[in-house]
Amino acid sequence: MTLIEFADFSFKYLGADSLALRKVNLKIEEGEYVVVTGPSGCGKTTLCRAINGLVPQFHRGYIAGNVIVDGKNTRENNVADLAPIAGLVFQQPENQLVTLNVEREIAFGPENLGVEPNEVRRRVEELIDMLDLEHLREKHPHEMSGGEQQRVAIAATLALKPKVLVADEPTSNLDPQSAETILDLIADLNNRDMTVVLVEHRLDLVSKDASRIVLIDKGSIVADGAPRDVLTMDLCQEIGVGIPKATQLYKRLQERGFELGKVPLTGAELATLVQEVTKG
Amino acid sequence: MILLEDVYFAYDGLYTALQGVSLQIDDGERIAIMGSNGAGKTTLVKHLNGLLRPDRGRVILDGVDTKHYSVAELAIQIGLVMQNPDHQLFLDSVEKEIIFSLENLGSSKEEAKERCEQTLNSLGLEGLSERSPFTLSGGERKRVALASVLATEPRVLSLDEPTIGQDARQKEKLAKMLRGLNEKGKAVIVVTHDIEFVIENFPRTVAMANGRIVADGPTNSVLSNNDVLSRCSLTRPQLTETARSLHSIFPEVPERLTLMDDLEKVVVKVLGGG
Repeated sequence: MTLIEFADFSFKYLGADSLALRKVNLKIEEGEYVVVTGPSGCGKTTLCRAINGLVPQFHRGYIAGNVIVDGKNTRENNVADLAPIAGLVFQQPENQLVTLNVEREIAFGPENLGVEPNEVRRRVEELIDMLDLEHLREKHPHEMSGGEQQRVAIAATLALKPKVLVADEPTSNLDPQSAETILDLIADLNNRDMTVVLVEHRLDLVSKDASRIVLIDKGSIVADGAPRDVLTMDLCQEIGVGIPKATQLYKRLQERGFELGKVPLTGAELATLVQEVTKG
Repeated sequence: MILLEDVYFAYDGLYTALQGVSLQIDDGERIAIMGSNGAGKTTLVKHLNGLLRPDRGRVILDGVDTKHYSVAELAIQIGLVMQNPDHQLFLDSVEKEIIFSLENLGSSKEEAKERCEQTLNSLGLEGLSERSPFTLSGGERKRVALASVLATEPRVLSLDEPTIGQDARQKEKLAKMLRGLNEKGKAVIVVTHDIEFVIENFPRTVAMANGRIVADGPTNSVLSNNDVLSRCSLTRPQLTETARSLHSIFPEVPERLTLMDDLEKVVVKVLGGG
């Protein structure tokens, strides 16, 4: 089932002189893991905001076309109605955390939406268990590491039972090990059928988990397909998108006339392909 | 030359952020500071320009203890670009933002205008001079914050996480610009989690964990050390990971840290070419 649909959607922020998004057409099905990438300033964040209605309900401007999320037109529904459908996670978790401990943080969203106290408690326990937060239960967000804070921010977002998790560069402030655990968590959520839209520059970290990569340049979608197809397009280099080193090495070998068959996304995949070719 | 001598610092006298850090930064060096969230990296660079002052120990600039200098005096020599541009930007146009910092440090109007233009060009921001920083993307705002410091031409430039939100092309441009400054004799210090950026551009790496320096030396050796990587919450560079995977099947491929060109040559050989 189609969960998110952009139909000829364009948007320009008040005071800006060019469109942030231009004639975007995009359909995201339930259960997909879509990575959105593209040069700095290309419209990735605007796309995220358009999914939960922050654009155009909070960030105002010129608008054309429509975004339909779970059957709701974002022009006609306010953010409070859309937030429970599309849960947003941002780059700076500390900007998103509002309470004094993990339990309250997770309970905050559903309580505000008037969910029954028993149901709120049930969700809090479920998320503490699922996201492995037991050891943080009593901790103040400021006593946590960046990675722990982001885990809690994700839990708080999931407490609203969203149909899609929209994460805008959720790991770019984290050290590499914490980034890896957060991305593993997101991949795991997707394996449990959560639809994921993730904005990310570092395609080496996410290409192996994504079902699809959407490439944006100057507000328009310029490529949309399976990671192995998109990452080998010359377009990536032309617009300045960094592809995984293993894929880069594969392309270099191809240019020298070595065919490895499949496109690798990781070093391990590349090694296996080289092994198969040399055996053959 | 900057010397940190056994520097201790605790926020509110409670949360110890630096525990006996000693570091020498020579003129014209390119140094990367890496480590886990909360390791003390940002606290360390804030000591360079006096935004923070050591509880114990000394920060010495060209032989003089920096406690004798104000932040304003230090800022002329040591520029700091903060991690979050929103903590740095406050005026309603990109141009004003940059001219403000220049005039503050004593440039004339004409001089400021000219240097502003040059700096914006060098960072690919030329079309945005009239825009309000707050209508720009996160990556663009970061470059504006960088421009406002860069325009003043400090002799030491420290940057806290400059690559966040930057695409590959912007990173390349940033690297080129930093190398250019470095060739003019300026020291460049970055705090970053971006290991690829470090390997490609910084000959020396300082690795931190829990307020201490756990390794300081040539980037190649610091970032090949598995113990350092794990203590500092770093992951192996992608190319090292690829080299290791290849090594496990083809022992002739070295498993150590490597560059793309070198790895390509070795793999071509394995494939029976070259």
